[in-house]
Amino acid sequence: MKKINRVLAGLVLASLSFWASADPLQVRSMAASCSACHGTHGFAVKGMESLTGKSKDELLSKMQDFKSGKKPATLMHQIAKGYSDEQIEQLAGYYAAYRK
Amino acid sequence: MLRRQFVRTLGAGSALGAFGSLGMLSGCATTGGGKGAKVVVVGGGFGGATAAKYVRMWSDYGIAVTLVEPNATFISCPISNLVLGGVKTMADITTPYDGLTKNHGVTVVHDTVRSIDADKRIVKLASGGELAYDRLILSPGIDFMWETLPGMAKPGAQDKVLHSWKAGAQTVALRQQLKDMPDGGVYALAIPLAPYRCPPGPYERACQVANYFSQAKPKSKVLILDANEDVTSKGPLFKKAWAERYKGMVEYRGKHALSDVDAATNTLKFEFQDDVKANVLNVIPPMRAGAIAVQSGLATANKRWCEVDFLTFESKAAKNIHVLGDSIQVAPGMPKSGHMANQHGKTCAAAVVALLTGQTPNASPIYNNTCYSFVSAEDVVHVASVHTYDPVKKTMVTVAGSGGVSKAANELEGRFALSWAQGIWADTLI
Repeated sequence: MKKINRVLAGLVLASLSFWASADPLQVRSMAASCSACHGTHGFAVKGMESLTGKSKDELLSKMQDFKSGKKPATLMHQIAKGYSDEQIEQLAGYYAAYRK
Repeated sequence: MLRRQFVRTLGAGSALGAFGSLGMLSGCATTGGGKGAKVVVVGGGFGGATAAKYVRMWSDYGIAVTLVEPNATFISCPISNLVLGGVKTMADITTPYDGLTKNHGVTVVHDTVRSIDADKRIVKLASGGELAYDRLILSPGIDFMWETLPGMAKPGAQDKVLHSWKAGAQTVALRQQLKDMPDGGVYALAIPLAPYRCPPGPYERACQVANYFSQAKPKSKVLILDANEDVTSKGPLFKKAWAERYKGMVEYRGKHALSDVDAATNTLKFEFQDDVKANVLNVIPPMRAGAIAVQSGLATANKRWCEVDFLTFESKAAKNIHVLGDSIQVAPGMPKSGHMANQHGKTCAAAVVALLTGQTPNASPIYNNTCYSFVSAEDVVHVASVHTYDPVKKTMVTVAGSGGVSKAANELEGRFALSWAQGIWADTLI
């Protein structure tokens, strides 16, 4: 158990650098909630916007503009208001980085 | 010590509990794995099919998944009202199950589950076979409380008075009844008290039938007899459609609690009001969780709905059994919808993969609901919401300031609604 404890301690230290960033599994699940409309892994069917393949900046500014009301929308302004700025940043980062 | 065991120790350690789901875990233990573990999913609707696909995907195809579903193909309830109105066909709302098998290696078994042995972790199939599981995911949808309408037990009653609330043969049969109805006839739609599957669905149906009548039999009438006090979803938008688009054709009566049906004489009976006769009766009975969940003792809320832990969708009544979709006792503001079941499916899948690979399930689920209703062949109104976990209340709550409905029915959302359907069918089944 001693050895394990040492490993644990090491992991705790290693994790401190992750402290500010989110749990990737949490972000993956959060991102998957978008895919009901925007397609599995963000690859949308015709008529819906794909999220994968776009830059983080583009996704971020679109979502923020939906949230502020700057960008006209049918319902995305109502959805965007449900996510914090931090969550929107995580979602934009997830889809910008996603590779099949 | 096995890595899996080690990670479990780590997740359970009190000092480290808060770190349990941090990135470090996916650094040392891959998100895949769970090799040899078996998941059985019962019910291939929006909830179950999504869960089956995502357990496979998120275990890097390490966990074996068997989906038990009686129907040969997936027939969507969303958009099925457009089939009743003659705008869409059955083929438009049908998707095969083979995408789950070809693309994701899900074993699809066309059968029904007769019983569950929770101690031995076995489901027994109607055909006589058995399936062993490490985790069982039940998504059996809804069943009808026929005992509340004694007349519906008479021979032939259920063949004549249709619910068409599970898309399929009854969708086709009700469409035929509407086609056969003479011009000048009355179509009567009885709606049960909430909660029921798809809150705006009955009102959309009234619009679709009225849209058909206005073109094919303009002297006919749509009579809505609602057990609820008032329209339960998108009320002002539906009432506007009835008043303006279908003036004189649609009549809405609230507080009409159905007490019985006489199918032989096409008569609806109510607790307080006079009987109503109509040419076509369409009765949506009160409903409860799918029979297998009720029989297995999982419907702990009023013996109707299954209470679950919203972090994992594990039943509050049985270990290693998860329940999702329309069968659950919903959280405040959470509708019983296909979109919501799809979201349940992913949340549950992520939790099941985590539990089978020694990780801690996500402690902060957040997801959304989007529901489109067609008020004509082209124009649509929506309701949307965002739901997040409240660790104090231990349930999902709607995020303050989020969500809402359309300002007015519009054609752009009609196009989005059809893309939404294609998109969610693909996300669920392909």
